[in-house]
Parts: sequence; C-alpha cells; structure tokens
Amino acid sequence: MTTEVVDRIIDKYHGKASALVQILLEVQKECRWLSAEVLSRLAEKLEIPMARIKHIATFYKAFSLVPKGRHEVHVCVGTACHVRGAHRVLDVLGELTGLAPGETDQDLNYSLDTVNCLGCCALGPVMVVDGDTHGKLSQADAARVLKRYE
Amino acid sequence: MARLNSREDLDKLTEGLASRNDPHMPRVSVCAGSGCLACGSKEVIAAFESEIDKQGLSTQVEVKSTGCHGFCEKGPIVVIDPEETCYLQVTPKDVPEIATQTLKDKQIIERLLYVDPQTGEKSTNENDIPFYKHQKRLVFGPNRTINPRSIDDYIAIGGYGALKKALFDMTPDTVIEEIKTSKLRGRGGAGFPTGMKWEFARKAQGDQKYVVVNCDEGDPGAYMDRSLMEGNPHSVLEGLLIGAYAIGASIGAVYIRQEYPLALQNLEVAMAQAQEYGFLGDNILGSGFSFTVEVHRGAGAFVCGEETALLASLEGLAGEPRPRPPFPAQKGWWGRPTNINNVETWSNIPLIIRDGAAAFASIGTEGSKGTKIFSLVGKIANTGLVEVPMGITLRDVIYKIGGGIPDGKKFKAMQTGGPSGGCIPEHLLDLQVGFDELGKAGSMMGSGGLIVMNEDTCMVDLARYYIDFLTEESCGKCVPCREGLRQMHRILTRITEGKGKEGDLELLEQLGETAMEASLCALGKTAPNPFLSTLRYFRDEYEAHIHDKKCPSLACKGLITHWIDPTKCQACMLCLKRCPTGGVDGGKKKIHVIVPDNCTQCGTCFEVCPPKYNAVIRLTGVPVPPPIPEDQRMLVKETA
Repeated sequence: MTTEVVDRIIDKYHGKASALVQILLEVQKECRWLSAEVLSRLAEKLEIPMARIKHIATFYKAFSLVPKGRHEVHVCVGTACHVRGAHRVLDVLGELTGLAPGETDQDLNYSLDTVNCLGCCALGPVMVVDGDTHGKLSQADAARVLKRYE
Repeated sequence: MARLNSREDLDKLTEGLASRNDPHMPRVSVCAGSGCLACGSKEVIAAFESEIDKQGLSTQVEVKSTGCHGFCEKGPIVVIDPEETCYLQVTPKDVPEIATQTLKDKQIIERLLYVDPQTGEKSTNENDIPFYKHQKRLVFGPNRTINPRSIDDYIAIGGYGALKKALFDMTPDTVIEEIKTSKLRGRGGAGFPTGMKWEFARKAQGDQKYVVVNCDEGDPGAYMDRSLMEGNPHSVLEGLLIGAYAIGASIGAVYIRQEYPLALQNLEVAMAQAQEYGFLGDNILGSGFSFTVEVHRGAGAFVCGEETALLASLEGLAGEPRPRPPFPAQKGWWGRPTNINNVETWSNIPLIIRDGAAAFASIGTEGSKGTKIFSLVGKIANTGLVEVPMGITLRDVIYKIGGGIPDGKKFKAMQTGGPSGGCIPEHLLDLQVGFDELGKAGSMMGSGGLIVMNEDTCMVDLARYYIDFLTEESCGKCVPCREGLRQMHRILTRITEGKGKEGDLELLEQLGETAMEASLCALGKTAPNPFLSTLRYFRDEYEAHIHDKKCPSLACKGLITHWIDPTKCQACMLCLKRCPTGGVDGGKKKIHVIVPDNCTQCGTCFEVCPPKYNAVIRLTGVPVPPPIPEDQRMLVKETA
C-alpha cells in the first residue's frame, strides 16, 4: 500500500530527484510519517543515496521518522505567543499528556510539537490541534481544548 | 475567458471590469485571512450569503471574502461599502441584524463599532479608527477591497497595468533605472538596494536566468508576507514578471513555507488564472516576452529564508548556506544567474512602475524610501499588520496606531528584526523607522516584526528564547554557530534558573563575538544580537539574576515562588481545583496554602485567582513567609 502511494507521488513529480523535498512533503502528509520502507523505495526509484535522503529527512522539521499520534497538537512558540505565555500552555499540555515537545505517546493518541510562528499573533497564545486553531489560551483553556480530542 | 493577446486586449478588459464596478452598490467585505478565519470568519461569510439570499438582496448586495485587513486583534472584520462602515468581532448571530438594519435601512449598529479604550469614542468609518488613520496603505491597501481568488478584481483596480507599461513603454534597462531611482531596498531584512541587485543579475553572463520569490517567512512574530500572498497574490506575480523582464529571466520560482496553507492555495489559484489570461506562458500580451513560474514548498527550516540556503532547498538538497561570493546574481539556482527578492519587495514593484519612482521616493527618509509593513504584536492593545511610511517614529507606531500597552502595564522594550534583531528600550522610542536608523540603535529592520514587551517580560528569558530558537534552527555547518549558540543557550538557561555565576556575561560576549565573526551566513553572524542588545540596555536585569538570584519581571520559573497571602485568600477553591499538580491544599472555608513539594511554579493559581482577591503572589529574591498555623486556617465570615 505504502509503496503504491510513494510511486504515485514520485510519478506526479516525473521521478525528478530534484523534487525530493516536495515528494517527501507529500508522502509525509499522506502516510503521516516516513518509514524505513518509504525511504528505501524513494532511494531506489529516484536513485538517490540513502545517506542524502536521511540527511534531508532529518534536516527539515516537517518530516518525522516515527509514527505521529492520531491527534497532532502544535503549540505556537513564536515570539508573540512566547511573550504572552506560550511556555505555560506547553507546560500544562506536557503535564497532561506526559510528553515533551517532539514526542508521541505509546498508544499513538497524541503528538506534541512546537511550531515557530503560525502568523496568528493577535490570538496568542495559540495551539493547533488536527488543523483547528485555538487562540487566546489560558492554561485552563488549553487543558479544556485537549480534553475535546480524546 | 480568452487569452489576452495584446495591450489593447488588456485595456479593454480593464475598462469593462472597472465600469461594471458600481461604486454605489452596497458591498460587504469580510476578512478571510488566516487570523480572521481562526476566529470564525468563514461562518460569518456563509451567514451573510444565506441571509442576503433569504432577504432577497442577492442582486443588490455583493458579498466579498477578502484578504487580511490588518486589524487582527478585532477579527472577524466586516466592512460595508460604500459607507465604509467597519464592524468588528462579528459573529454569525450578528448577521441578520446587519442585513436588515445596515444594508436595508442604512442604520449603524453601535455595539459592533470600534470603541476607543481611552476616550470611549466610537468610530463608524474604517478610516476614523486610530489603528487605520495613521497608516499609509499603499501596498497593503488593495487587500481590503479585492477577492484574492479573482484576477478580475485585481485587473479592475488597474492590476497588470504596470506590467503592460514595462513591456511596451520601457526597456529592461529603463525598468532597472526606475527601480534604482526609487531607492527601493529589499524588504526581507538586509535592505540591499533592489535596483542594484537586479542590475547585477541582468549584467551576469548566462543564457538562462531565474527570478525567485522568497516567501519563507521564518521570523517568529512576522506575518506580512503571508498576508500579502494570501490577500493579493497577483501583485506579487506582477512584480515578479516585471523583474523577470528587466533581468531577462524566463523561469521563476516561489518558495513558500508549508506552514502557510492558505497562502499556497491562493497563490496556486492566482497562477492558474494568470496562465489562463496569458500573463504567464509564451508571448505575454503579444510582447514576445515569455515566462513561467514553479511553486516550491519549504519543509520547516528557518535558515531557508537565507538566499543561498533557499537555493539549495530549491534543488532538493538540505537547506545549508553556501559561501558568498559567488553571489546568486552570478551563480544561483542550478549555477545560473538568479535574483531573489522577498514577497513585500516584489509587491512594491508594480506600484513604482505604475506611479513612477519619484512618487515612491517622495515618501520616507534619506536612506529608506516608501512604506513598510510591520506586524505589531505582543503586549499591545491593537495587534495587527500596519503599513507606515518610513520615517514615522516608533512611539507613533506603538501609541497612535497600536493603542499603547493594555491592562495598565508599562512599556518595557520592543524587539525588531526577529531573531537576528535587537531590543529597543523606552528612551529610544523617538527613533525613526528606517534601515539605518534601527541599525544604529543596535537592532535592525529585519522583515518587520515589532514585538512589544511590557514589564512582565524578562529580558534574560527573551534572550534565552531567541538563542534557543537559533540553536534549533542553525543548520550545523559552521562550528561557532552550531556549538557556540548551544553553549550560549546553556549559560542563559542556567542564569534564568538562578544558577548564574560570575564571569558568565563575559563568556557569553566572547562566544557571541566568535559566532559573529566566523559564521558563513547571516543566521550565525547575527545570532548573538538578541543577547548583545538586551545586555546593552538591560544589564541590570542580567545582574539581578546572577548576583541577587532575582527575576525582576517575575517570569523565570526557577527564581520565583508562588505564595498565597493568608490575609487575602477567601478560600474560593478556584486555584485548588485548577492546579494541575495538586499543589494547593485547602478546602471550603479553609485558607489555601501551596504545597511546595507538588508545586511546579506553573502559575495556574496566579492566573485564576480573582483580581478582587489577588491572593496569589509571586515572590523573587526574598524568603517565603512561614506557613500559617493549622488552627488559624478556618475562614470565619464576618456578618454585616
């Protein structure tokens, strides 16, 4: 199944090795992570050494080499959110999920991540869960929002 | 729509579209930028559409979803033309009332108007709101009136007219001359003269040349590029086309952050429309000039905003900067002459060509011409995007446009220029906005983030925050940046935890100087700025952390202790219930106390304690008072 997805995306970019970053972005979006299987298929089809693929997959933040949880929680830690108390929101979410930023729990329920700026600075502190933006969060609000995604 | 094959075709279309626009026809413009969408503007637009249909007004009223208006603090924003009545924080529930009262009966709904927090005065017209009144919205203005997904809207306001002028009435050299005369400087951060950059690329040897839009807006707290790309993508494309014509490039690329999905969508729609109309492709407007554009998404690396790293990323490699020279103008994308400009720079080009360099250069200071869009964020009453003429003072931006600092707090500093910039303290607020002026104060213009901080922001923590950001984002190529920043981060973290020691500041300065001198790209060269500029103006705060183990702003968790004042606590149980770690002990009518072993100093209790009690207090640098004896903890209510 995964191989088919990868092949389809490679075809979309006409198998061009220079489109590697774009291809990885689409694979990440569809499969939600880059498994070893995916990476070796890419290396084979695009004729790119595995070392370079790994370099790129670990260089850019958008890629994950481990499976992501069902609910992806992104806390904005841009400057505007930072001065409005984003770290306190992050602390509370960390306490509740037991996760540090960048981690996913063993049941694959939540992935907790930070993001550098979502450009919703007027709403800070902001968190995005599964693509929905929640703004002007107090610590208590953040906890309430998280509960909605159980 | 048929392809436009000549300048006459475009003239005819522009005329036709402009005449169709009835200036007296009521029009509802709802902001559909990312900020307002997050506040529910999509629902507001849907409500307007169904309500107007229900009331049988569909032929008399036009509903338009537009790009970002800028006043993000008060979204969703609705403006009703032709009166320019501005309603703020509109919800779907307000829509039927607006339709009946304002659209039908021309009555104003008072509660949706802007109220000046100081004077209590209400503003009906958009342009009377102080936030808008003091701005000069040349680049950003059309965002409010056009639908970003309609090329006709853009053409109706004269869009692509500058391209026509360049293609038919000017030569590539006169275009470059015009841009040079305008003294436009790059809006991405460094402020390099755009005309000169174009000239280098034009004169460079090579049969294939490229132009690139840098929309990898990585500075946290800056989002003007996103809003331009979301709200007026055609202006960026038009600028790019003019640049391509001047330089002699036939292929372009837009490098856009994947964190900006809406900007990407709107850009793709705009490109498809431009293709259909013949503004992209072969023989544009029958002029003989051909041009195509590709879109590349970034994958979340701050350093890719740096032009050589961006080029590496365009080639499908890791975004690591390359040494300059050779500059991209000589050897850029695929080793060929390439010109890269920021979104806002490209957006300024059609304006300069349309109105002439002299009009553009009449605004601003000696060294900095035109306007600049800033994102005014942080502890400020009116958060949003503001476009101001160069030369306006920072004080005017903060107080006249931004409405000052909310909640009765005091201004402490403002941070400009993103992670590479610096902090500007209160006594320098009369500084004029401009590339050279901000540079002299130890900060920089950068891409245009203005982050306002009040007395609650700890400057040491802020420096730690930025260095942390840059440590994460350093690509790892140069040791002084990769390792030096890591050490700086360690020391700063120690200081904020109350473990600072003698000699730390000197060591930090040394590490900073090394990174500045020995790094390849601007990321490393400017990385120590946040530390150096906060040290320059707020040395006392660093010393308080190191010597007195005290955080004067009560922000550093390691240096503060939460304490409940037993004389103020009314045993309301709010903090007790909300504390996530069981760090509050108490009960009904039993005065609450903090359990030190469970308390993580997260601050929830401080946040939820009702202001009328104000019982939770943060202490720093002083011993915690002894706990109240157990037998005195029962609260006896006095009866009146």
